[in-house]
Order: sequence, then C-alpha cells, then structure tokens
Amino acid sequence: MSAYVVRRVLSMLLLLLLLSLVVFILFSILPTDPARLTCGKACTPEIIEANRHRLGLDLPVMQQYWEFLKGLFVGRTYAANSPDPINCSAPCLGYSFRRREEVLILIKDGLPTTIWLALGAFVFWMVAGISLGVYAAIRRGTWRDKTVMSVSLVGYSLPSFFIGLLAIFFIIIKWNLLPYPSWVPPQENPIGFLQTMILPWIILAILYAAFYMRLTRNQMLEVLGEDYIRTARAKGLPERTVIGKHALRAGLTPIVTAAGLDLAGLLGGAIIIESLFSLPGIGSLAISSVNDSDLPVIVGITLVTATFIIVANLIVDLLYAAIDPRVRLG
Amino acid sequence: MSDSTRAFLDVRDLTVSFPTEGGLVHAVEGVSFSIERGETLAIVGESGSGKSVSAQAIMGLINRKAGHISGEVWLNGQNIVAMSDDDVRKLRGSEMAMIFQDPMSSLHPFYKIGAQLSEAVRVHQKVSKADAKAQAIDMLGRVGIPDPKSRADTYPHQLSGGMRQRVMIAMALINSPSLLIADEPTTALDVTVQAQILELIASLQSEFDTAVVLITHDLGIVADVADDVAVMYGGRLVERANVDDIFYRAQMPYTLGLLSSVPRLDQVTSDRLDPIPGNPPSPINLPPGCVFQPRCSYSHLVGGTTCEMQRPELLQINADHFVRCHLDEAERVRISTEVTHVFHGGQA
Repeated sequence: MSAYVVRRVLSMLLLLLLLSLVVFILFSILPTDPARLTCGKACTPEIIEANRHRLGLDLPVMQQYWEFLKGLFVGRTYAANSPDPINCSAPCLGYSFRRREEVLILIKDGLPTTIWLALGAFVFWMVAGISLGVYAAIRRGTWRDKTVMSVSLVGYSLPSFFIGLLAIFFIIIKWNLLPYPSWVPPQENPIGFLQTMILPWIILAILYAAFYMRLTRNQMLEVLGEDYIRTARAKGLPERTVIGKHALRAGLTPIVTAAGLDLAGLLGGAIIIESLFSLPGIGSLAISSVNDSDLPVIVGITLVTATFIIVANLIVDLLYAAIDPRVRLG
Repeated sequence: MSDSTRAFLDVRDLTVSFPTEGGLVHAVEGVSFSIERGETLAIVGESGSGKSVSAQAIMGLINRKAGHISGEVWLNGQNIVAMSDDDVRKLRGSEMAMIFQDPMSSLHPFYKIGAQLSEAVRVHQKVSKADAKAQAIDMLGRVGIPDPKSRADTYPHQLSGGMRQRVMIAMALINSPSLLIADEPTTALDVTVQAQILELIASLQSEFDTAVVLITHDLGIVADVADDVAVMYGGRLVERANVDDIFYRAQMPYTLGLLSSVPRLDQVTSDRLDPIPGNPPSPINLPPGCVFQPRCSYSHLVGGTTCEMQRPELLQINADHFVRCHLDEAERVRISTEVTHVFHGGQA
C-alpha cells in the first residue's frame, strides 16, 4: 500500500514535469510576444529588444524552460544586471510583468475564494444530487421520478451564466433579497460571506447536481437489480438499510470518482461564476490573464490546476480501494 | 387464528401477475401446496415455469407495486399475503429464509462475511455486536467452514463458490427459521460440491426441524432429497405427488416428458435423449386451453378441441396425488406405465 503510494507520487511528479514542458512549449509558440507586453504605448523596437534580452526571453525555449524549472526550486532573478532587478523567491512559478507580481502570490491570493466557492457548491450538489438520485431510483417509473428527472434535465441544459444573470437581476437587483456580491473572507465577516456566496454556490451546484442526480439514479437502478440486494431483503433488513447501506455503498464508486475529479477541476477556478459574481478567485485571474495575454500567469494556473487534478486522481484511487475490497492497489 | 388442521406452510391458490408494457404477465396461477416441518418439497419445472416467482411470493420478496399477488400463503397460521410489508419483513430471515442460485453474486462484495452474518442476527435479535459476531462464527463452523474465526474476516471474493454457498446457508439459518426456501442452490456449483451442499442442507434440516422448499430442475436431486414433488408448467401446478408416485406413477404428459429427458448411462433402448419438443409458453400469451397442449404428444388421444380450448382442472387421484390433464384415467395410467417402465430400465 505505502509502496503503491510512493510509486504513484513518483509517477505523478514525472507527469507534472512532462506536462509543464508541453505547456511551456505550447505557450512559447504562441504568436503573443511577452517582450512586447513589457512596455507601454510609447514603445520602440529598441526598447522591446532590450527588454527581451533583459528578461531572458531571447534565449532558446529549452533554456527558458530550464530557467523556469530551476526557479521552482531555487528561485530566480529577472533582469539581474539592470538597476532594478526583480526577485522571485523559490518556489518561483514565474513573474507577471503585467501585474508586477509573482505568479505564485497571485494564485495564492485567489485560491481561498476559489476553494470556498468550490467546497460550498460541492456540498450542495452532492447532497442534492445523491439524495434526489436515490429518490428517483426507488420511485422509478412514477410521476415523482419523471418530475425529478425532467427538472434535472432543465438544470443540466440551462447555462450557468443565464441562471446566474437571472438570479442577480431578480434576487439582488429587483427584490433586494441579498446585497450585491462583494467578496469578504469568512473569518472577517461570516454573514457578508454567506450573503455573497449563497447564490454562486447554488448556481454552480445546479449544473453539477443535475449530473450527479442522473449518475446516482443510474447507479442505484443497476445495483438494486443485483442478487445481493435480494439477499439483503431476504435477511429481513428494513428497506432503508437495504437502500442506504447495501445499495448506496455498492453504487458509490463511480460517484466518488466523478466527485473527486469535478472538485479538483473546480479548484482551478470557476471562470463563469467567479466573473459573474465578481469573486476574486483563480477563475477571474485566469480570464483577466487571458484578456491581457499575461502568459506567465496562464502557465502558472494551468500547472496548478493540473496538479490538483492529478492529486485528486490519486486520492480517488485510494478511496476506491477503501470502498471496494476487491480493488487491490499495486 | 392458528388452525390445528392447517399445514405448517400452506399455499392456497397463489396467483402472481405483473403488468408490463407488453401486457399482463401471468407468472403464477392458482398454485396450491403444503408442507410440514422437517419435510422437503421439491418444485420442479423449466425456466419461466413460475417456480422462482412462487418462492419469492412466499418470502414476500415481490414488490407489491410491481406485481399483483392473490391467494393465501399460510406460514405457521399467519397469512403472509394479507400481512403488511413490514410484518412480512420481520418474518424474513427469522421464520423463513431463502438461499439463491448464484452464491457468487448473492453476497455483498463490499462487506466481510462475518459482518453480513451478524447483520442478519442483529435485525431479528436484540444482542450486542460481540454476541452477534460470536453467533456468526459459530454458525460458519456448523456449515463446515474451516477456521471460521478468521474466515469471518474475509470478503466473499476470497472464498470459493462452494464456500460462499455455505456462507449463504449459514446466513439463512442463523436465526433458526422454520422454513427454508432453496432456489436452485447447487445449479451454479461443481458437481462434487453439489452433493456436499445438499447433504449440508439435509443435516441442518433435521437439526432445526426445518421445512424445506427446494426449487430445482434436476430430477436426480429430487429423487435424492424430496418427500413431495410439485411440477410446474406455464405458471401452473400440473402434477403434485409424493416422490415415489412422481417417479413410478406420474400421469401428466409434461412430468413424463421431464422423466424421459433425463440422461441415463444405463439406457440401451435409444441412442439419444428424448427431449420435450417445442418451447415453454410465453407468460403474456398463454394458450387458451391446457398450457402444455402445444407441446403435448398425447393431446390427440383426448379428441375434439378440448385440450386446445379448455383449461384442465387439477384432479385428485388419491390422497396426495394431483394431476392436471384432460386425458381420461385409463389413458394416463397406460402412458405412465409405458414411460416410467422405460425410465426405470425395463424393456419397452
């Protein structure tokens, strides 16, 4: 088991290394010129070239990549020979010349907002999705099942920016039920935090809940036809134990997989919801970096998001083994 | 309520049907039989003959929203068909228990077998977890599982098919039920293991004085273990008798057909088996007359369209021999002698 984890962590690191290389090469062949972005409107080719040299952007791609990797472990200094060198301490994920800030600090600033958004929505959609999915499965074929399924289809097909705009227009602007969203950390103002987050949570959760409801329903329907469920009933177990313990446990595995990966994906930022509700998270950072062609930030976010997903994959595999004794790690 | 003349398990006129999109499925129609404690009744029939559905109806395992059940199932003086779902549930696993065909899929793959057994104990008995575990280990030992204490901590996939069926039997009998329904308990097992499992059921049956309903299509098993036999076809009981009458004096053409299709090593009169022609009827679209008529090679002896148009009644031949057939008695006895004579090794 622990040998398995060590092996998985090593292959994870290798995967990340490869991924960073691919991302680096991809972004280096983009037509966007980072050196061009370092000077403002009054720009001459001479200044651009000077900046390009100063920041090491004239080096070959592989050498730039090497500098980037080295920076992760020992930090790096941009424009070392100029009068105002830029220090980026280890682990240096890059430097945004646009924002004049280290990429890692930008991500660190946005991460709490994104984590709160993702976790809150996760709780909402898991509770709603699983319970409604189980409900629909045990009421299969009835009008209740059909209602739940139709509502989920509507939830699944409505784009979140549409529901989000509707919610902002009616709940916040027209009916004044909630103040206009402005991010405050929960430790500073718990009530303001909840007032800001409740709508993003629900709107983000609707899309996922619809998917998890269908997933849970299908899983439950499959499991409820299994022989061991008939055995559980033949033992005289009450129906709630048959459903809640025997059936749900057996149907959980694909739900756990999907949940782990979805949550990890959300930690890389929920671009639409964050922009809509002006939440200063990773998603907002990503969208504004794309608008500004701020390549170092985009590379940094891509790598951080990828790391989340790869780590989530490992956790999901470990959970698999915890749920299903037939799964042997190794 | 309790009626001293009523048999321990008394099934009367049991009818089960399922509405489906293709029409009403008549799975079981008017089935009656009875059995006392300590006895074994074998229910024999092809797939789709309604034997498993009858068993599940007795156990209350048929969802009443999905299927219509009528008739009476008296277990120890209580009519299960008339009871509430929750009252039937309390009888399941305590008064009546069931084991299934496929031990590979009948145990929950995610729980240790000890936990699955103690769970069965704790639904019906108010005992501590430790007590339930001790009972589970004891029962595993009694069904012949070596080293039950450590086996209790294994998962089903770590056991062989025969061992899993032993676990199923242990789980079924752990609350000493007075009725055990075994639905093809050996079909999925190796031949060598089959005999061990049947022997185990028989020895536990005499120990607990259990009534056993054994569902099977294997006449060899029937001959070995059954006291009484009920033959089902197309959802109906077509013949019911004690085991000797079935093997030596069966009168229903379908029963005789089953007897003729048993492979025999000592048979020299014919070089191939004598299967029943045709297929079982569709339970949605049953023939209007005798359900066996389309496959029956004797219906021309009745004459007219009686077999095609009229449902035969279940006739009582003697105290415990019933047969459902339009043939007159003399013809039935003649055919019976012909077939059973050959079956039991005589010259035709």
